[in-house]
Order: sequence, then C-alpha cells, then structure tokens
Amino acid sequence: MAAVFEFYLVSYRRVWRGSAMSSFVLPLLTMLGFGLGVGAYVEGGVDGAPYLDWMVPGLIASTALQVAVFESTWPVLSSFNWVRTYEGQAATPVRLDDILGGNLLFVMFRALTSIVAFLLVALAFGVLHSPWALATLPIGALLAFAVAAPTFAYSSSVTSDSFLALLFRFVVIPMSLFAGVFFPVESLPVGLRWLAYASPLWHGVDLSRAATLGVAPEWSVAGHLAYLSVWAVGGYLLARRQFAKRLVV
Amino acid sequence: MSDPGARVRGVATEPLIHARGLVKRFGSFTAVDGIDVDVQPGEAFGFLGPNGAGKSSTMRMVGCVSPPTGGTLRILGMDPRRDGPAIRGRLGVCPQLDNLDPELTVRENLTTYARYFGIPRKVARQRADELLDFVQLTERAGSKVEPLSGGMKRRLTIARALVNEPEIVLLDEPTTGLDPQARHLVWERLFRLKQQGVTLVLTTHYMDEAEQLCDRLVVMDAGKIVAEGSPRELIERYSTREVVELRFTAESQEGFADKLAGIGERVEVLPDRILLYVEDGDAALAAVHERALTPASVLERRSSLEDVFLHLTGRTLVD
Ligand SMILES: Nc1ncnc2c1ncn2[C@@H]1O[C@H](COP(=O)(O)OP(=O)(O)OP(=O)(O)O)[C@@H](O)[C@H]1O
Ligand SMILES: [Mg+2]
Repeated sequence: MAAVFEFYLVSYRRVWRGSAMSSFVLPLLTMLGFGLGVGAYVEGGVDGAPYLDWMVPGLIASTALQVAVFESTWPVLSSFNWVRTYEGQAATPVRLDDILGGNLLFVMFRALTSIVAFLLVALAFGVLHSPWALATLPIGALLAFAVAAPTFAYSSSVTSDSFLALLFRFVVIPMSLFAGVFFPVESLPVGLRWLAYASPLWHGVDLSRAATLGVAPEWSVAGHLAYLSVWAVGGYLLARRQFAKRLVV
Repeated sequence: MSDPGARVRGVATEPLIHARGLVKRFGSFTAVDGIDVDVQPGEAFGFLGPNGAGKSSTMRMVGCVSPPTGGTLRILGMDPRRDGPAIRGRLGVCPQLDNLDPELTVRENLTTYARYFGIPRKVARQRADELLDFVQLTERAGSKVEPLSGGMKRRLTIARALVNEPEIVLLDEPTTGLDPQARHLVWERLFRLKQQGVTLVLTTHYMDEAEQLCDRLVVMDAGKIVAEGSPRELIERYSTREVVELRFTAESQEGFADKLAGIGERVEVLPDRILLYVEDGDAALAAVHERALTPASVLERRSSLEDVFLHLTGRTLVD
C-alpha cells in the first residue's frame, strides 16, 4: 500500500506548487467576500458567533469533501480506462486492497493539505477560537474517506465521464449548499432537513464547527464518528467489489 | 545486468509454466478452450494466432491477473489462485496496450514501478539507469512519457517489465503497431534478453516475429491450439519447401484453380491470388506456362508460418 501511495506522491510532486497556491485562493476569497461583504448583513452572527467565524469551519469541511470527491472521480475513471494505472499495478505483487487503499490514502492526503491551507488563512484572520481547531484535520480526513470510498465505487461503475458531472451537479453541489455550511439546517423546511442530516457533510461540518469555535457539537461526537465510519466502511466494501469486478477478469 | 536465467537453470525439475486443459470463459463465451502448454526455463515460447484467438486471455491467466475458469495451471511450481502475489513478483509483464504513466518521467515510471516489487529506492534508481541504458532511452530519462514515439514507449514498457529481474517475461504483441525500424530494435533487445537466459513468452500475429524470436511456438485459433513445434518443424510438417504466388487479372481467381490442379502438393485460393505449395518453384512455374496460363504477376518464395496457419485454419493470419 505504501508503494502505491508513494506513486501518487511522485505524480503529485510535479504539480504541487500550483495545487498548493490554489488551495489558498478559496480561503482568502472567503475571508474577504464573506467577512467584509456578506458578514456585514448577518447581524448578531449565528448561535452567538460572528457569521464568518461560524461559517469558516463549515467551509473547511466542505472543501475537504469537494477535494475528496474530485480526486475520486476523473482520476479513477482515467486509471481504469485511459492511463490504465490499476491494470499496471495489478500485474505486480501489489494486492487489490493495496491498489484501492493506496489511492484512498492519497485522496485523504489531498484533503488534508487543503485543510492545512484553510486553517493557516483562518488563523491569520483570527476566526479560530480554540486549539481544538486542529481536530478539523482528522475530521476532514475521515470525512474525505467517507465520501471518497463510495465515490470510488461509483466512478468504477460508470461507463462515461458524463456521469461524473451528474454526481457534482445533483449530489456534491446541493450538499455543499444545504448541509449546514452557510446557514443552520434548522432554517430548511422540516421535510428537507433529514436530507441534510443524512449527508456525510453535515456530520463533518458540525464536528469541525465545534472544534474551531470550541463549543459542543449539536449532535454527539461518537454519533458523528460512527455515522461517518459507516459511510467509510460501506463505501470501501462497495468500491472493493467493483474494483475486483473490473481488475480480476 | 545480472542473468536471471542462471538462477533457475539446474533446479528445473518442473516446467516454468505448466497448463493442462486450461479454460477461460467470459459468461457463456469460451475464449480459451482447453489448452496444454509447457514452457521450459530459458526458452523463448510463442503464441501465434489471429485477432480473438485467445492469446491475451492466456497471457493474463499466466500473469496471474485473470483466474482460470477450468483446468490446471502452475507457474514457477506454484498455484496462481493461491500464490498470485508471489508469482507476480517473479514475472515481468509487457501488456498488449501500454499502461505507462504519461505525466511521469521515463525514469520515474521505472522507479515507481520497482517500488511495487518492494525494491528499495536506491536499488530502484540504479536499476532504472541500467535498464534505460539497455533499451537505449538514457537520453530521454528526464522527459515525460507523453511525447515519446510508439517504439520508445514500447521499449520503456519492456524495461519496466524487467525492473524486478523476472524469471519469465510475458510480452503480449511486443511490436504490433510499430514501424519496421522500431520493430527491429525491439527484436534485437529481446534477442539479447534471450541470450542472457531469460525465459520469454510472447504472443504475436506476425509470423516473421515468431520465426525470429521463438524456439518453440503454438498456433492458436478460436481458443484452441492447432499445432505446436519449432518454426522449422511446423513449416516442414504443414507446408512445402517453396510457394509460388500467382495473380491473375480476372475478377475472380477461382476459375484458375481447376486449371492448376495437379501442380505441386496443394493449391490455396485467396481473394486476390493463388498459392501453389511445391517442392521446386521453378519446375512448378514451368508447368504453369506449359498449360498456357499467363498470370499477371508471379512470386516464388520459401514457406513461412503464414502458410502453416493458412493450411491449418484456411484463413490468413493478418488481413
Ligand atoms: N473481459 C472480457 N469479457 C468478454 N470477452 C472477452 C474479454 N476479454 C476477451 N474477450 C473475448 O475473448 C476472445 C479472445 O480475446 P483475446 O484478447 O484473448 O484474443 P487475442 O488473441 O489476444 O486477440 P488480439 O490479437 O486481438 O489481441 C475475443 O473474442 C474477445 O472478445
Ligand atoms: Mg491480444
């Protein structure tokens, strides 16, 4: 598994500068746009915290999600159909779990680097209220795994990349908008709330928010972790089955 | 480079590859239909056959990435179903379609691949340099793979297959799609590997490739082995010494077949020409002229594996 992870790091080394720079762009724009712009309209903040401070941890979780899903879509399709990376790996002593696990490790690594960039900017703007903010890293890594694993299963099942765009349009973007990142889920109509609560993102958001604000989460920590773990394990099993179907024929 | 063949010589009590009644089915379709194969250490062994014969399916089973549907298969004395990773660690694979990483450099493609075999980084770098030298790509070591020519990519894939100093190298159509010059360069490198004692297993649908490289080969058609032997044996057994190719200007060559009957041992009618299988080409041609037949063009040549294939299956190998 380490050798597979290493392969992705070597590939990443070629682009890391550009990638690292762009990791800082969204956090910076957010601080300026929401801090100076939108924040001014939201009087009194949310739940006692200034709007920017309340929203940033949500955006950290949402960034982890977007990076994780992105790295689990086109790259996976390409590794099957175009570059056929997996086929090359499968011809070596490397096992199916190494192929899948090494790639997922890299996805978590990418999510973590984006969170680090976000935390640095957030720190500079003084929106982190507690040293617990560091907990957004393991939370983000778990969230990344929880969404990447089922996305791997999806990307290895679809036949064309137009299905990947659908995933973003109908799952990732709605989730990012309605899972408690920009406004509390309670503001949604009751009928829609359960959708937000069911999304893995909301659990990552609630945990991250508790961490950076230094308050208790809305839901129990153990409950959040257990729920995200179900997505992670279930997703992994699905992805593994799909990878076996594609690679062992 | 060390001599991987030397390690296995002397201890060879069992063939390196041993298959009996090997079957591969995809759903209800049978791609490999009960083949028997033995490959001995140091041998260059070929699977010759047209598109869809089941060559790649066989190679993938031997490479322990595709589980057999039926029959016995033993590689290096081990069972692919149980010892897949251990066997794969001692094989080198050059797949039909290159799967190099286009974003990485030529050298990185080798070093990252070496890591899958648990080879330490330092050794990997050293071996990458030796192998790049071997396939004459040292000058391109630092460039990306994407802009390389087809022949260069193929050579790099071959180098990558050697990174773990394998005992058996599996080459699935090593030169398909390459221009003649690039093919000869690949052949020359493979020949050198063979001289070093590496066991080569290759598939091809070029008879000249099989004749150049293989000590022994099987002819496959529709999942079955239809003949086995050295290129020379196969030609002796299934063809004549010489072949006369006649082209008539008429729309169909068909009508001329009867008029040629009795000349040589066998007459094959193809859409665009007629082949006469004979011991003596000149004598046969004289007989053709005696019958007052005037073909538009005439070619005398020695028999090749192409003729063997035509005789065995009634079809041409490359169309
Ligand atoms: N994964 C698969 N699923 C279904 N059918 C397959 C699969 N792989 C191969 N086949 C079929 O099995 C048959 C043999 O294929 P194979 O690739 O082994 O032939 P080949 O001799 O390598 O041909 P070629 O010269 O074209 O590479 C073909 O008819 C092919 O369509
Ligand atoms: Mg093939």
